[in-house]
Formats: sequence, C-alpha cells, structure tokens
Amino acid sequence: MKVTTLTINGELVSASPGTTLLEAARENGLDIPTLCAIEGLSTVGACRLCLVEIEGSSRLQPSCVTAAEEGMEVRTDSDRLQRYRRMALELFFAERNHVCPVCVANGHCELQDRARDVGMDHVRVPYRHPDLSVDITHERFGLDHNRCILCTRCVRACDELEGAHTWDLAGRGRNTHVITDLNEPWGEALSCTSCGKCVEACPTGAIFHKGSTVAEMEHRRDRIRFIAQARGKKEWTP
Amino acid sequence: MSAKSKNRTAPKPRPRIATVWLAGCSGCHMSFLDLDEWLFELAELADVVYSPVADVKEYPENVDAVLIEGAVANLDNLELLKKVRARTRLVVAFGDCAITGNVTSLRNPLGGPDSALHRAYVEEVDGNGSPPSDRTTVPELLPKVLPLHQVIKIDAFLRGCPPSPAAIRELLEQTLSPPSKSRSKKDTP
Ligand code: SF4
Ligand code: SF4
Ligand code: FES
Repeated sequence: MKVTTLTINGELVSASPGTTLLEAARENGLDIPTLCAIEGLSTVGACRLCLVEIEGSSRLQPSCVTAAEEGMEVRTDSDRLQRYRRMALELFFAERNHVCPVCVANGHCELQDRARDVGMDHVRVPYRHPDLSVDITHERFGLDHNRCILCTRCVRACDELEGAHTWDLAGRGRNTHVITDLNEPWGEALSCTSCGKCVEACPTGAIFHKGSTVAEMEHRRDRIRFIAQARGKKEWTP
Repeated sequence: MSAKSKNRTAPKPRPRIATVWLAGCSGCHMSFLDLDEWLFELAELADVVYSPVADVKEYPENVDAVLIEGAVANLDNLELLKKVRARTRLVVAFGDCAITGNVTSLRNPLGGPDSALHRAYVEEVDGNGSPPSDRTTVPELLPKVLPLHQVIKIDAFLRGCPPSPAAIRELLEQTLSPPSKSRSKKDTP
C-alpha cells in the first residue's frame, strides 16, 4: 500500500492515503485538541482549535479538514498555536453564557476540558452576556442556546446518522444559532424521531436530557462512533 | 541606634493577609473556614488583618495578600475593590464569581439594574410585588456585573465554585513561604 510520509513536530510519520493531518497525528500517538470534530461524523473545521502550522504556508490550517500530503512539515504545538488556542477558547466562553457551576454538563463538558488543558484561568475579553432562550418543548430533550458553541455536531449527527436533518443553522455572524425544522419549537419539529443522537454528540450542556440538573448530564459521545461504524460495516443489515 | 543595626535586630514582620467578600454567596469563605484546624497554623504564620470573619471596619494599609470572593455588582463593591488594590501587594481573585462573574452575573443578559429588579421583585413573585422605591438604603447596582480583572489588576486566580480548601491552603502556603517558590500564576496573553 502506498503511504504518505510527512513530519509532525520534527518526527517522521507515515499516514495512509486520504487521511487528514488530525488523523495522521492521532494514528502516530500525537494529540491535537479539537472541539467540533467527533469520531463518526464528517469534519467541518468550525471551531479552529485544531489549527496547525505548515512549513511554507503563512496561514494556519485546521488539521481536521486538511489532507496529509507527502513531505509536509507540520507543527502542532508552537507557542503561537498555544496562544491562539487559548484565545479561541476564551472567545467561546465570552460569546455566550457558560455559567459552569450551574450547568447540566459541569464536569462532563468538552469546552471545559479543553480550557483546563490549556491552563485557561480567566477570560481576558469582555463577556457579551447575550439574552438567549431555552427550548424545552420536546418531550424528552432540551436545548439551551446559552451553552451552544455552534460546533454543528447535532446538525451532522441528525443528518448523517439518523437521516432526519432536523437541525440546521440560521442567522449570520453573532446571531447564528441552531434551529429545529423551519425554526419551529423542537417539540413541534415533525422530522425529529426522538432518537437522541444529537444529545449524545453535543460537547457542552446545550442539548440535554430533560430532568437532568447541575452536573448530571453525561453525553455518551462514543455512541456516535459506535453507530457510524456499525452502519459503515453494515453490521445491522441482514 | 543606627538604621543598620536596627534592621539587624528588628524581628521579621509577620505577613499581613486579608479576605474580602464582594458579590458572592459566601461559599468561598465557607470553603476557607473548612480548612478547620489548619486555620490555627495560619494564625501562627500570618496576621489576618481584615475579613468578614474578623471584626475590622476599615480595610487597612500595607496588606501583603488578599483573597477576594465575589464579583463587582454595586458601587460599594467597586469602591472597596479599588481601595483593596491600592493597599495590597498580592491580589487573588478567589473563586468563580470573582474570576468570571459566574452566578452573580446571571442578571447581565436581562439588561440594566432596572430590568433585573423588575425580574426579581415583580415577575418572579406571587401576588403584587414592586421594586424597592427607596434606592438609597442599599448600594446602587452597576449597569453590569463585572469580574475583578476587568476593574483592577489581578495577580493570581483561584478557580472553583467554591475553590477546595486544599487549593486555598496550597495558595496561601505558597504565598507565605519564602520567595524561592513562585508566588502567582503568570498571566501571559
Ligand atoms: S433526537 Fe434524533 S432525530 Fe431528533 S433532532 Fe436529535 S438527532 Fe435529530
Ligand atoms: S447544540 Fe451542541 S452539538 Fe449542536 S451546535 Fe450547539 S454545541 Fe454543537
Ligand atoms: S476540530 Fe478542527 S476546526 Fe474544530
């Protein structure tokens, strides 16, 4: 089999053709922090946490959507990248109302985990404190826009795995938000099968099981990979 | 006596530490009190010159380190905070309300103080409520609740809601030990 050879952080690594830089790094035991990427779904390059430096290019590239190419020299952990990652995380926290101590996902949140990983101890930009709503019209699930980071995992899980495409984005810039069906309350979205895949995929406390209170919402994010694999290998088709 | 010999014979001054309670639930101070018998050791190491658990009216001059709980929500908080900064060498943002605004800042999305008071005294009550008419008995609310570092320079951040007693102890021990150990976390942008 033909392999692609490249260097990551000075180490020579090989990757199977068609892999992204993120996959190539992880296959070789090097981790790159991510938020919008989740195993089992397509990647969209939305959060910019996985940015890397590529020799010969002045622009930083999101490793989750950049193909590994022969001879590439990649850096994943320079001072500049660490600075930008922390800044990106601070901007996430400043953008909406992430009041962790009273959040359903406190202690089980990927945004919180990434912030801890980079040693973020405070946010240097002013908080926006937007006035956002919570949708609890669905029988079993709730949506809290205050915690949403617009990663679109819910959109992709619902579209790619369930085939329902209940979720999408509406609005532009800082008014961007997730919607169900044609911007109807989730409880009235006829396309939703109540399968719960979006719940498991969400990295924060934005989508939750109704009835969970502070720190009780544990997303089973590995279910997404499990379902994607089973479907890919047609394990469930007789 | 010459200044030189005075220096040689004078006992080393004891560190002066303080704790301050701004707009928070007092949970951080409860966690501080949860240090239980270690508080006796602390009393051996330093003088607590100002604290909600000590009967001192005015924040003193020349304080070595202070733990500040709570966000900046009203004019009293703001005034005291500025005084504390001017009179203290090491200022620690103590707990999540001090660091992020946290629960205290939940009123910010509602708009200014008037909408917050309306929510609390009219919308969320059974029967007919009305916002307090005499707005001079309690300190005036600021337009927005702010974390400490948006008002003054902060030297160290102690996270948690509340920070654990162990974390408080570690920070105090580091602060009170000789300067060989690092005193505060670096805040590099
Ligand atoms: S519960 Fe299933 S069908 Fe409904 S929005 Fe979530 S992923 Fe889509
Ligand atoms: S609701 Fe959750 S999964 Fe969907 S975009 Fe927001 S943070 Fe991502
Ligand atoms: S993980 Fe690559 S941009 Fe979000």
